[in-house]
Amino acid sequence: MDKKTILRSLLVVATLVGITVLQMCKPQAPASVSGSDAAVKAYVPPGQYDEFYNLVSGGFSGQMSVYGLPSGRLFRVIPVFSEDPTTGYGYSEETKAMLNTSHGYVPWDDLHHPAVSTTNGEHDGRWVFGNANNTPRVARIDLKTFRTSEIIELPNSGGNHSSPFITENTEYVVAGTRFSVPVGDKTDVAISTFKENFKGYISFISVDPKDGKMNIAFQLKTPGVSFDLARAGKGPSHGWFFFSCYNTEQAYTLLEVNASQKDKDFIMAVNWKKAEEYLAQGKGEKVKARYARNRYDESTHTATSEMLTEVLQLDPAVLKDIIYFIPCPKSPHGCDTDPSGEYIVGSGKLAALIPVFSFTKIQQAIANKDFEGEFAGIPVIKYESALHGEVKKPGLGPLHTEFDANGNAYTSFFVSSEIVKWNVKSLEVLDRVPTYYSIGHLCVPGGPTRKPHGKYVIAYNKITKDRYLPTGPELTQSAQIYDITGEKMKLILDFPTIGEPHYAEAIPASLIMPQSTKIFKIEENNHPYVAKGEGQAKVERKGNEVHVYMTAIRSHLTPDNIEGVRVGDEVYFHVTNLEQDWDVPHGFAIKGAANAELLIMPGETATLKWKPLSVGVYPFYCTDFCSALHQEMQGYIRISPAGSNVPLKYSTGKTDDTAAGAGR
Amino acid sequence: MKPIKRISRGVVAVAALLMISAYFVPLWQILMWAPQYPEGLEMKIWIDTLSGDVKIISALNHYIGMKHIEVEMFPEFGYMIYIVAVLIGVGLLAALWGKRLGLWIFAGLLVATGIAALVDFYLWGYDYGHNLDPTAAISIPGMSYQPPLIGTKQLLNFTAFSGPDIGGWIFMVSAVMAIGALVYEIYINRTK
Repeated sequence: MDKKTILRSLLVVATLVGITVLQMCKPQAPASVSGSDAAVKAYVPPGQYDEFYNLVSGGFSGQMSVYGLPSGRLFRVIPVFSEDPTTGYGYSEETKAMLNTSHGYVPWDDLHHPAVSTTNGEHDGRWVFGNANNTPRVARIDLKTFRTSEIIELPNSGGNHSSPFITENTEYVVAGTRFSVPVGDKTDVAISTFKENFKGYISFISVDPKDGKMNIAFQLKTPGVSFDLARAGKGPSHGWFFFSCYNTEQAYTLLEVNASQKDKDFIMAVNWKKAEEYLAQGKGEKVKARYARNRYDESTHTATSEMLTEVLQLDPAVLKDIIYFIPCPKSPHGCDTDPSGEYIVGSGKLAALIPVFSFTKIQQAIANKDFEGEFAGIPVIKYESALHGEVKKPGLGPLHTEFDANGNAYTSFFVSSEIVKWNVKSLEVLDRVPTYYSIGHLCVPGGPTRKPHGKYVIAYNKITKDRYLPTGPELTQSAQIYDITGEKMKLILDFPTIGEPHYAEAIPASLIMPQSTKIFKIEENNHPYVAKGEGQAKVERKGNEVHVYMTAIRSHLTPDNIEGVRVGDEVYFHVTNLEQDWDVPHGFAIKGAANAELLIMPGETATLKWKPLSVGVYPFYCTDFCSALHQEMQGYIRISPAGSNVPLKYSTGKTDDTAAGAGR
Repeated sequence: MKPIKRISRGVVAVAALLMISAYFVPLWQILMWAPQYPEGLEMKIWIDTLSGDVKIISALNHYIGMKHIEVEMFPEFGYMIYIVAVLIGVGLLAALWGKRLGLWIFAGLLVATGIAALVDFYLWGYDYGHNLDPTAAISIPGMSYQPPLIGTKQLLNFTAFSGPDIGGWIFMVSAVMAIGALVYEIYINRTK
């Protein structure tokens, strides 16, 4: 061997060794398998029920979804802020009003947070509230019917993110604006006059304990910052509300940089009982506003929209002792009160620690006037005076915290993509598990209440990448369930979600299932166009409006032959489902309708408006597979030219029909 | 005519009074199950009306051409209240009278009424199950749908059960008490 060959051989060996060493140094890929008993823990055998309902925000879908826990099975998507052609929500004459706003009909929104109603700080299973992040609104969904019952718009708000968190007895649902906006008569102002003209508002929406009806009780005029999230006090801190705020820099452009300058932003503590006192003293100011309130009436199966013109406001800069600021590191996002009501956890999304504030200490600091100064006329409590302690090195980018019944907190970390379990009193980190990937919100059943149900923590993730079969550039959103009954958190299931999910709540099935509506009683149907039997089915002409009082029952529509309708007419199909049997909806659709279908529940009446544009015979049919003869559930409507004198007639089951106006 | 013991008179009076319950509880029940109805459908027959999932049962049965069940279909609902009143009256009179013939009449009437009711129910069931609309959507040659008189029967995708409800059971208890009193009277007279 010559020198060259030896050198070459050595080089080859060295390269191979190098590659091997490099391979060994490469970090391991994240573990994709969990414990061997995981499948058993998330398995709900066919025919058995889940233990919890999981009410999950639909994010940019504008809807709310209902899953079972621990199976992760999707049961239902409830139309809330976005129209839904499947059920006819927003398309039927009865539901169009639900999406009315001061800007007119708004077909879409962005729902971030559900809040399940509570009594004495515990789930009562009556309603779930949801926020519209884009065109500021709050919706109330009835947990008997899983339908949206009411939507109220919020004036003086620009992005209702800090919402719809509730007080212990659902006295109030709050709505804090994410964007401060110019208000009143001075709305056409330069954006650069932010500090002078832009205001933040917090709305307190009262909820009638009898029927849940919502009303804006009052608004607090606050400095122009961005409100992010909030939680009510409970137990000893009942009467207070805590809001996280960012952009105390009051930036109006490139907030990514300009709103991240200060070392600390604020948690705003609101003494709403004090606000109530001022209101009782008549200190509220009635201010002109314009906002819609839409209510669905279950007896007429119809929504109505009213435009309200006034709102009561309080100015905490003048009326002292309503609000205080508490410094909180780096643009706080989550602001969560523990089940005892003593501790308030602030999560600075750019911070590497979690401050935990003490309600008792906050009260002492206020009594001792332990303030470090003022911000826009509002006292700022000294950080140390309010602080219970800090969770050190928990992870990076804490977002949200939920609690179990044993004094533990579970905080999500977006940047380090993990859930960290820590003890609220000792502030000691107990466990951490990775999430796949970049968790946003998380949910422990009953986590925001005084009596958490525990058992699981569910992660709602923003990125799923390699977790599911790819579906092009847009991938599924997802959630993950971890068992928290042991000391260590254990991943037991991944499940895809409609999306994207933000916050979610979970509530025991036993609180909802027994009271679930099965049918609407036909005798109690007060719809103005109801036909309570086939004998009441008819067609009426009023000018160019044609009203079809139609009935649906397995397996025919009455009437199913209609003639004498003309181009230029507006046809209203008022379809009543005559069934009084659970799980037998009927559907209705007609060819060429620039509209949607109807899904009509037993005992309900729904209306599809249809404008025939051309002459012909149009088929219509039942769209919900109702029975063995569902396919036979069909009919025709004849459309004649405008001005035609074909007489109006209608029938079902008549085969030799020549008489005008013959009904069955 | 032989007088009866005080205890027999008491038993007969109680048997008669028990039948007052017929005005407050259902007498007969028909239960049905199908794959689509795991929770079951029920029809309760009262002294003067029907209750339960009658509309649903009718809606389902129209596919095979069975008649729509209406309270008006049954003239029995018009006079059953009187028949039961007469039975109670006869029972109380028998107890007051205290003679064995009274006991015979009461027990005999009870048994006769029971048999008549079952025959009547059978005849209605036969007509309901056989007299089908020829234009029905589902027509299976040779198939009839007569509900069971007592017991369980499979009818297409439905399992149907027919049997007494609380009122029916109480009626039977009354009958057993009346017959028991009669047997007791005969027995003690023989052994004397």
